[in-house]
Amino acid sequence: MSTFKNAGHLFRFAGLFVLAFLVFLVVRHYVVPKSFGQYGHYRGAAMGEIAAHPTKFVGHETCEACHADEAAKKQAGKHAHLSCEACHGAIFQKLPADQPKLNLYGRFLALVGKSLPPDVPILHHAEDPTTVKPVLPDTAVLCARCHTASAAKPKGFPQVNPAEHSNGVPCDTCHQPHSPAIDAGGAK
Amino acid sequence: MNISRRQMLILLPAAAVAWEYAVAGTPEQSPNYKMSDHWWGMLIDIPKCIGCGNCVRACRTENDVPEGFYRTWVERYHVSDEDMTQPEVISPHGGENGFPVAAEDDKKYFFVPKMCNHCADSPCTQVCPVGATFVAPDGVVLVDQKYCLGCAYCVQACPYGCRYIHPQKETADKCTLCYHRITQGLTTACCEVCPTGARQLVDLKDPKDPIHEFLKTHSVQVLKPQMATGAKAFYYGLDGSVR
Repeated sequence: MSTFKNAGHLFRFAGLFVLAFLVFLVVRHYVVPKSFGQYGHYRGAAMGEIAAHPTKFVGHETCEACHADEAAKKQAGKHAHLSCEACHGAIFQKLPADQPKLNLYGRFLALVGKSLPPDVPILHHAEDPTTVKPVLPDTAVLCARCHTASAAKPKGFPQVNPAEHSNGVPCDTCHQPHSPAIDAGGAK
Repeated sequence: MNISRRQMLILLPAAAVAWEYAVAGTPEQSPNYKMSDHWWGMLIDIPKCIGCGNCVRACRTENDVPEGFYRTWVERYHVSDEDMTQPEVISPHGGENGFPVAAEDDKKYFFVPKMCNHCADSPCTQVCPVGATFVAPDGVVLVDQKYCLGCAYCVQACPYGCRYIHPQKETADKCTLCYHRITQGLTTACCEVCPTGARQLVDLKDPKDPIHEFLKTHSVQVLKPQMATGAKAFYYGLDGSVR
């Protein structure tokens, strides 16, 4: 026992170190997110958050579930390989977003003038076809985007000079967009 | 059991830490998606691209990309045969509304769609000081919006110019390879709407993916191979003038 006779101050000091280390562990525990380091030097939960973003383009399979007739027409023509949303776009409307309840970090962000706006929830045409109505695409813009002749486009791609080709007459006057070739019964 | 006040003070925080670690754990994104089964990339078939800008518009809609910023964009090259080191490159509004009509001349034209290359050895993730950007176990380079400080080191580090600072969030933002779509079995928005199939989402870990046959039978290039980024955006028919 005599070895430690004059070492009381060292024990007190060592005790302080242990205490500081425990405080560090506790603080670290609350500051470092739970999933940090789960897969690597990042927050594993971030992937789930990114994956929760609402989907706006639902894919042609979803469209075809109801619009089988249009799909069949398209399948028979030159536009068979196009997805419905390539021309019709994503058909949805934005819903009012709930103001998220801010956690401590969110309040800190707001304090420093930074905010992370939540993903805007949407209502898709496929979920509610009566409320969310599709807009008929404007063929003058839509067809021209792909089919206006330009030296920059691949040579094999069908291209026309709209002014010469139709003289301002809308494309869908003659062509049926789902199966556009006139000689293949695509005429309107 | 007889515990002194001092022992109690030491034990309580230690027990709290141990307990929280024991109950922690984050489930994977969706029950049918296993990250370790995928290694995502993109195949870009340059001779098929017509420069319609469908991909750029779809990306903006799908991912709420703010005006004036691009997660993907299309460039049009105009290259003379005498000096291919000086190509004339345009990308009006990222090609979002298509391109002006080009007149036939003695130079060659082609379109190059660009996007995040989802590099396996990504320079952007290496410079992040806080671990806010990372290569996910399925090969997608992502940004943790809640963790990012907006220091923009990664924006500078990306050799392909694929990142920007989001004006509202003030964090780094980039292509997620439509992570919310591919984790539920859909393709990316840009691939979905591409009218000519110039873009194809590929899964290098899927033995049934046609990419394996394509890579075996075609000459495929990545952008800036000399930087050894492990880029996974594979370009077919890439011209030497593209940088």
